[in-house]
Amino acid sequence: MTLWWIGNALLLLVVLPIVVYLLNGVLQSARSIVPSVQGIATVAAAGSRDLDAVALLLTTKDQVEQTVAGLAGYGTSLDVILDDAERQS
Amino acid sequence: MTVFAVVAAGVVMVLAVVLIVLALVYYLVSTIVALRKINAGLDEVISGVGEIVEKSAPVNDVVNAINSQLDAAVDVLEGLLVKKAGMRDAMGLIEGMYPGAAAAGLRNFPESGSVDAPRIGEVYTKGTLSLARLGRAAPIAALSPQGAVLRNVEGGSLAARALYPDVRHTTPEKLPQSPVIGADAPEQYEQREDIGAPRKRFPASR
Repeated sequence: MTLWWIGNALLLLVVLPIVVYLLNGVLQSARSIVPSVQGIATVAAAGSRDLDAVALLLTTKDQVEQTVAGLAGYGTSLDVILDDAERQS
Repeated sequence: MTVFAVVAAGVVMVLAVVLIVLALVYYLVSTIVALRKINAGLDEVISGVGEIVEKSAPVNDVVNAINSQLDAAVDVLEGLLVKKAGMRDAMGLIEGMYPGAAAAGLRNFPESGSVDAPRIGEVYTKGTLSLARLGRAAPIAALSPQGAVLRNVEGGSLAARALYPDVRHTTPEKLPQSPVIGADAPEQYEQREDIGAPRKRFPASR
């Protein structure tokens, strides 16, 4: 009988507080993750919106190609023109 | 008495177990709710990150393509500049436009960094006159577009000055004189009668 009471006392005074302490730690840790995850989600959405202009890089690429092609043509023509002019002089 | 003690001990034990179970239920349910919120947040994160990955996927290829195009343009421009102006003048031109840039040198000409770049001012004669003779509407072509190509790079600035429609460089015999000023000047800019007249004498006061 005495051992039974000692067991009861252990349950109430030791096991229950330890269970509450451990579960409370788990709960607080889980709750602390929530705002962080929400912040990451907000940042990811903002980063995704910031990349909306990436599609314009294709236009930039095309324009650079056209510009460089024109530049190459102009440079080649200038090369020939200056050669001719120097020969004529 | 013994029965009562046994029942009491049993009740206390059941109460302790119930308390432990209630604590487990409360904390575990709360933890489950928090984990579900985390799960929902992670779903949003995964969605956003997926969009980022999808949108940034072609960036490498596009930027590499742009860089290769720009590399080709740099090659063309550097080659043309060095071919037409020569290495020394090319570095002088670069230094004239972007002070300090000549020290960095040209990318395709490693030896260009050690070239002693000359000072080249606003007028660069080599090639400029060739363009002028080609009928460009440059002011440098206004006077003598049919003249000889200026080859004197050292004295290029003075030679190029002769191309402009000015008269002083031709050392004319007589240039318009500077205006004469003073009391004997033929043109008096301030017409007053009292200039040169005797000074007025005021009556002496007593």
